[in-house]
Amino acid sequence: MKVYEKAPSFYEVFERKSGPAKQATHYCPGCGHGNVHKMIAEALADMELTSRTVLISPVGCSVFAYYYFDCGNSQAAHGRAPAVATGVKRANPDSIVISYQGDGDLAAIGTAETIHAANRGENITVFFINNAIYGMTGGQMAPTTMIGQRSTTTPLGRQEHLHGNPVRMCEMLATLPAPTYIERVGLGNSKQIMKTRKAIRKALKIQAEGKGYSFVEILSPCPTGWKMDPEVAREWVSKEMEQVFPLGVYKDESGNVDEGSWDRTFKPFDTDEVNTYLQRMKTSMTEGEDVVLKEDLRCKFAGFGGQGILTLGLFLSQIGMRAGRQVSWFPAYGPEMRGGTANCSVNLSNERIGSPLVDEPNVLVVMNQPSLDAFEKTVPDGGTIIVDTTIVEGKPDAERLNAVLIPASQIADEVGTPKIANVVILGALAAATGAFTPEFCMDTLRSVIKKKNLIDMNMEAFQKGYEFVKNM
Amino acid sequence: MAIQFMKGNDAIIVGALAAGCRAYYGYPITPASEIAHAAARHFPALGGVFIQAESEVAAINMVYGTAGMGIRTMTASSSPGFSLKQEGLSYCAGAELPLVVVNVDRGGPGLGNIAPEQADYFQVTKGGGHGNYRLITLAPNGAQEMCDLTMKAFDLADKYRNPACIMADGITGQMMEVVEIPEAKPVPYDHSSWAVDGTPATSKNLISSIVLEPEELEAHNLKLDRKYKEIMAKEAIAEEYRTEDADLIVVAYGVVSRIVYSTVDQARAAGMKVGLLRLVTLWPFPSEAIAAHAERDVRFLAVELSTGQMVEDVKLAVEGKAPVHFYGRCGGMVPEGAELMDEYRKLMEGVVNA
Repeated sequence: MKVYEKAPSFYEVFERKSGPAKQATHYCPGCGHGNVHKMIAEALADMELTSRTVLISPVGCSVFAYYYFDCGNSQAAHGRAPAVATGVKRANPDSIVISYQGDGDLAAIGTAETIHAANRGENITVFFINNAIYGMTGGQMAPTTMIGQRSTTTPLGRQEHLHGNPVRMCEMLATLPAPTYIERVGLGNSKQIMKTRKAIRKALKIQAEGKGYSFVEILSPCPTGWKMDPEVAREWVSKEMEQVFPLGVYKDESGNVDEGSWDRTFKPFDTDEVNTYLQRMKTSMTEGEDVVLKEDLRCKFAGFGGQGILTLGLFLSQIGMRAGRQVSWFPAYGPEMRGGTANCSVNLSNERIGSPLVDEPNVLVVMNQPSLDAFEKTVPDGGTIIVDTTIVEGKPDAERLNAVLIPASQIADEVGTPKIANVVILGALAAATGAFTPEFCMDTLRSVIKKKNLIDMNMEAFQKGYEFVKNM
Repeated sequence: MAIQFMKGNDAIIVGALAAGCRAYYGYPITPASEIAHAAARHFPALGGVFIQAESEVAAINMVYGTAGMGIRTMTASSSPGFSLKQEGLSYCAGAELPLVVVNVDRGGPGLGNIAPEQADYFQVTKGGGHGNYRLITLAPNGAQEMCDLTMKAFDLADKYRNPACIMADGITGQMMEVVEIPEAKPVPYDHSSWAVDGTPATSKNLISSIVLEPEELEAHNLKLDRKYKEIMAKEAIAEEYRTEDADLIVVAYGVVSRIVYSTVDQARAAGMKVGLLRLVTLWPFPSEAIAAHAERDVRFLAVELSTGQMVEDVKLAVEGKAPVHFYGRCGGMVPEGAELMDEYRKLMEGVVNA
């Protein structure tokens, strides 16, 4: 009689279990966990899946499932088993991953993990032990506790208006497109138990064949939590629980999905492949030459969003990088965004750069009036201020500052589009600071502008800006 | 030129790939989202895993799953999201799992704002979740370090079987600098003795943080404690700039250390002997580097983007042997160089900022 053997997927002796009784489980008499454990263990052995199985133990009475199963075991935080199972399965698609969970774990604290693992169609198997009570923690209400059922936190019985209704997980999950197989079974009598055995095997087979997410809810007795004799508890499963949690198949696509269709791939670390990939990330810029700066450039570029302020900063940064300088670029961010302006700070230096923030710019570009109002005063005496006079009406203090007034947007418009006013400004900046030759700047731009059909227009914009300042 | 101009947040993923990280699980949040964007582009392209999880809680638990297999894995977030990960990090530390978590610190408490702060110092360095545990914590202050220290974090996590944290700030995440692309090398750690990866070779192993018997849990805690003491003895890193003769040593990390660095020469030119002691590791805290200066006539000034967190560890390191002052900005405000110079002047004149 095979039924009385210990399943070979169980440990012979439960060494991980504390206390002297190393061959008995920790479950109470009449508890459903023992039945389900045994049916899973037998299925794993018969299907020859044990050695590549990872069983995720939840929090709750089955927290110690790893005492018993002679397979890989991982014990998860309360409700997180489907997330842990995801992390295992994705990193080894050949493993068999079982998320074994009780009702509090799966349908209360871990509802989100349950739904989203199902919704992603993780190729895992979830066994959901629904016994309508919190067993381990002392008989409190579960999300599946029935209306009128007493628990230590519903001493007068669960009431709809105070505690909500029992949650039906199979019905909810069956609304999702991804799951392959969802069935609710029970342990109320031997006929039900035989159906449970079949459902467990079917769910594991679906996973082993790469057919996707399988979910088996098992209505299970908890004589201790329910304060019933084991026999009465069994009857209560089939008489009472079934009324609220009808048994049956809620979804079964296993005949319609191909084997392997839910398998994911995972490649282990391959240093050669990663190095080849990383080398492709390096800059596409042509080799430059070292250009020593006469003075560090501490730039602030400011204007409206959409004027290419951040790109202007990036272009100058890339020129600096190609010239072998230390460079930092920092976009307006958080409280620095004032008055609807976009701005960025750019540092170019011969030496290691300290603060990436530019509080006192020696080069300020303003492309709208609020930026002139906000930042002109931050420029130290003798600093350079470049103003797009097409847009900015006010005038900077030309006595105190090296003021470069250029109708950049108008020039850009004449070249082809006002969108490249920022490149006109870059030309003006190169001329005003003398930090880099126009040829060096234009060579850099050529190698960093991605849309090759726009290069000529950008070159013209740069030259116009450069010449405007040279002819001032 | 194997260099690229990139954001600190992007550099984290470059470092992670080079370190052999194969799975990224995360949830979007400003100002850390670029890390997830980069992971979404690069991990699947290299046959690895990227999942945008349903929550921060799920993300760290997916990490728990993969880390338990002995495979390098990570997650990243910003302060409110990092708070949500604490449960999972406690489990990871309890189960002794190697992994990397990034916190690009933003303004708090609560929803706060998206601007830079360093007010997660306590949460990051003192445990954060429940129980006796620590995160190995590295604090990069530029894009190259976002890459390099991420690689180092993976090594330390593997070496000690403990979660490691990159504690950055909004500015270090968002700013772009030149980054030299690193070379990927094989991972020199074999985790088959404890990992559970769904193969017959590891099927007798168990990943767990539950230890039911008080005697055994105490022993487990003491074992972790010995590990933490070893990390404290071996892994603390600080960088110093002109501290040897300084009358005022400014202690800072992350972007603040960059701002302070900018002021040191300026202060010297103004006749104030200021030096910078920059923390690279926040935990283990470089107490010895600080204590080494405390014996002479010197003052310390802790500058941070908080109302005073790291300063407590400076005081513990100094043991009352020298005055320890504090200057902080928070809520996303960042001190300007001139502001720090004023503070130095006050202290050097003996005007104590109480």
